[in-house]
Amino acid sequence: MKLKKILPQAITLLVVVIIFGFFSLNAQINMANRGIDFGYGFLTQESSFDVQFSLIEYSGSDSYARAYLVGLLNTLLVSILGIILCTVIGVVIGIARLSPNFLIRTTAAWYVEFFRNIPLLLQIFFWYYAALRALPLPQEAEPMLGYFFLTIKGFYTPSLVWMNLDIFIYSIIAAIVSIIFIRIHGKKLRENEGKHIPVLNISITILFILPLLTFFFGGVEVGYETPVLKQLAKTSFIFDGGLSIPPELLSLVIALSLYTATFIAECVRAGIQGVGKGQREAAASIGLNRKQVLNLIIMPQALRIIIPPTTNQYLNLTKNSSLAAAIAYPDLVLVFAGTALMQTGKAIEIVSITMLTYLTLSLSISLLMNWYNAKIAIVEK
Amino acid sequence: MKNFNFINPTKENLIPNLYIGIFLVAISLIDVFINSFLKVNLTSFLPLVLSVFLPFVFGMIGLHLIRIEYSGIKKLDNLNKNINTNNFNAALTLIILFIIIKAIPPVFSWMILDANISGDTKDACTGSGACWTYIKIWLKRFMYGMYPNEQIWRVNLAFIFLIALAFVGYFTTSKFKKFLTLYYVVIYPIIAFFLIYYLISGGALGLEWVETGAWGGLSLTFIVSFFSLIFCFPLGMALALGRRTELPIVKYVSVGFIEFWRGVPLITVLFMSSVMFPMFLPQDFFMDKLVRVIIAISLFEAAYVAEVIRGGLQALPRGQYDASKSLGMGYWKMHIFVILPQALKLVIPGIANTFLALVKDTPLIFVVGLAEIVGMLQMAKTNPKWLGFAMEGYVFSAIIFFIICYAMSKYSYNLELKYKTDR
Repeated sequence: MKLKKILPQAITLLVVVIIFGFFSLNAQINMANRGIDFGYGFLTQESSFDVQFSLIEYSGSDSYARAYLVGLLNTLLVSILGIILCTVIGVVIGIARLSPNFLIRTTAAWYVEFFRNIPLLLQIFFWYYAALRALPLPQEAEPMLGYFFLTIKGFYTPSLVWMNLDIFIYSIIAAIVSIIFIRIHGKKLRENEGKHIPVLNISITILFILPLLTFFFGGVEVGYETPVLKQLAKTSFIFDGGLSIPPELLSLVIALSLYTATFIAECVRAGIQGVGKGQREAAASIGLNRKQVLNLIIMPQALRIIIPPTTNQYLNLTKNSSLAAAIAYPDLVLVFAGTALMQTGKAIEIVSITMLTYLTLSLSISLLMNWYNAKIAIVEK
Repeated sequence: MKNFNFINPTKENLIPNLYIGIFLVAISLIDVFINSFLKVNLTSFLPLVLSVFLPFVFGMIGLHLIRIEYSGIKKLDNLNKNINTNNFNAALTLIILFIIIKAIPPVFSWMILDANISGDTKDACTGSGACWTYIKIWLKRFMYGMYPNEQIWRVNLAFIFLIALAFVGYFTTSKFKKFLTLYYVVIYPIIAFFLIYYLISGGALGLEWVETGAWGGLSLTFIVSFFSLIFCFPLGMALALGRRTELPIVKYVSVGFIEFWRGVPLITVLFMSSVMFPMFLPQDFFMDKLVRVIIAISLFEAAYVAEVIRGGLQALPRGQYDASKSLGMGYWKMHIFVILPQALKLVIPGIANTFLALVKDTPLIFVVGLAEIVGMLQMAKTNPKWLGFAMEGYVFSAIIFFIICYAMSKYSYNLELKYKTDR
């Protein structure tokens, strides 16, 4: 009986140890033969390559560690933009799939079938090489709403120019913190004394008033800068000033969010359908109105079904953003596992750092999700 | 016009409302139709804003008039119930109809009317539409990659054999039915491997050797997804069982394995297989690129399969385990005869989704320099003789992938219905 428990474990352990031992032994021999030494010292060396698009200041004289940071921030930028956009599209499509209107229902269903069944890489290529290449050159671009330009070289919008931005941000943080306190206090009042205070109205007021005050007393000022057409050479024009979004980022965000939105739409649909019809009827029969039924009965139960798979989709989107390497958007994989690896030749170190980064991202999100799941799980008595 | 109540159409004033409503909707649709197909704007004498919104306004009024509850006409009631329940829905209905009518002519003329398919060079494409000549000329490359033209029959033959052998299950007599699982899980993959090795790769039996670097196109998509599918399924099953055992070492090794592969993107796994993995092998040991890719994808997808199967195992009621234990079944007997058949049946949709994801992930093998159909498109696109036909290529391969994936998902849906039992 004991042997039955120990034997499989011993075999598993042995296999794992042998595989790891074999690999590390070979790695040592190979590296010794090729004269490569193992170590992470290269991170502080000068990287001497340039990156097309970066959120922080970066040049070739910075270290590899900073190049890593540039890549990581670009990955996060794509992921966050994609997550916001795919949530909006996904929720709309998911609700549309349950519409009583036959045309809307069918259109939404075909949207889901269509975008879900085509490889993401193909979609990214389509947007980048086919759709966005059909846009006009900067000198021929028509302004949209006066200030926005969609050209083959990217999307140009006016950018805001801030004075004392930090004070403004602090005021928003302060507003959010005070709103959290008010909500807790309001909940306490409601549960203990049965009093209602208009938490939502107070929150909105604080969120607007506090940042607004900084304009008068904190010395915060805001202006805007519009993109202006500039001639570089005889036939070469670019837009200068304002905010420019490169076509790589644009096509990546469009493709990622359209693709992931199909999965989120299915999650939303399943969640709303998962709440039994009896719940809605019971809520109506005790005299709740439509809004209350939705807010107090349907949504809390639907969210419990929707959120876990949706978080999974967010994770997938973040991991899929590594496809950026295919269209040369400088994300973590391209900058670090691509260019930096070519230059240093430190395959094991760089690939392991890249994998570890993604692993940390996804494990931390899944931990957060587990915590949330435990919090909202039905407490059975 | 005593009976005509414009604001509130009811059954009493059915006929005038109905006729006027249908007339208005028809006018609005015909206006958009003519505008779109014949490029004639009937309302061009009006100011621009009015001319754009007039069909919409007419349609809204028309749909409002025919929204008669309990009219007694079955078709009208169905129509109202489906597309015309209230003003908001009516507006959405009209917008969708207008978009469809507006979108048909450009798409239709690009794909068919203005398109070219004759000729052998780029100059044959004179129309403003798609250039299907490009697809026609490059079709062999998109299907077979750089495989030598005169050897392509070998790929075809191998695939015909594989498909024929896959249908053995339909023709077996009941005597051999019990060997089918063994056949599909063990014998078929081995036959498939030897078929592909000897027929496509060659090097023996008088066939010319074709290295894997020359393989490509859609056939490579099939080869990679076929083998990855076959390997990842048993591995995933083992991992799922491993995660559910009470033996701590087996359990934590499985958990670690699953969480690791699920946490990293496939592209970094392929990077690893191409730049890091050779460092881990003995120096004179050579492993083909394609084999490395298939191993990488199998390990990656096995983690996802494991999680799906674990879901099925968890969904089974405890009674099933207790009942089989009380019959004196051991661990393996219990799982093979009682637990897994039920659990796998439950997770057919999940497994199908994972397999679909696998097929859709195969284009990523471009990272290691293998070009399946999307990779071949990227190559063909940069050919100086055929510049500027990216769109045609993407549309073509999108259609192919859509057909494959849609067929797979419909097939899985049928399987789900076939094995559905009430509990």
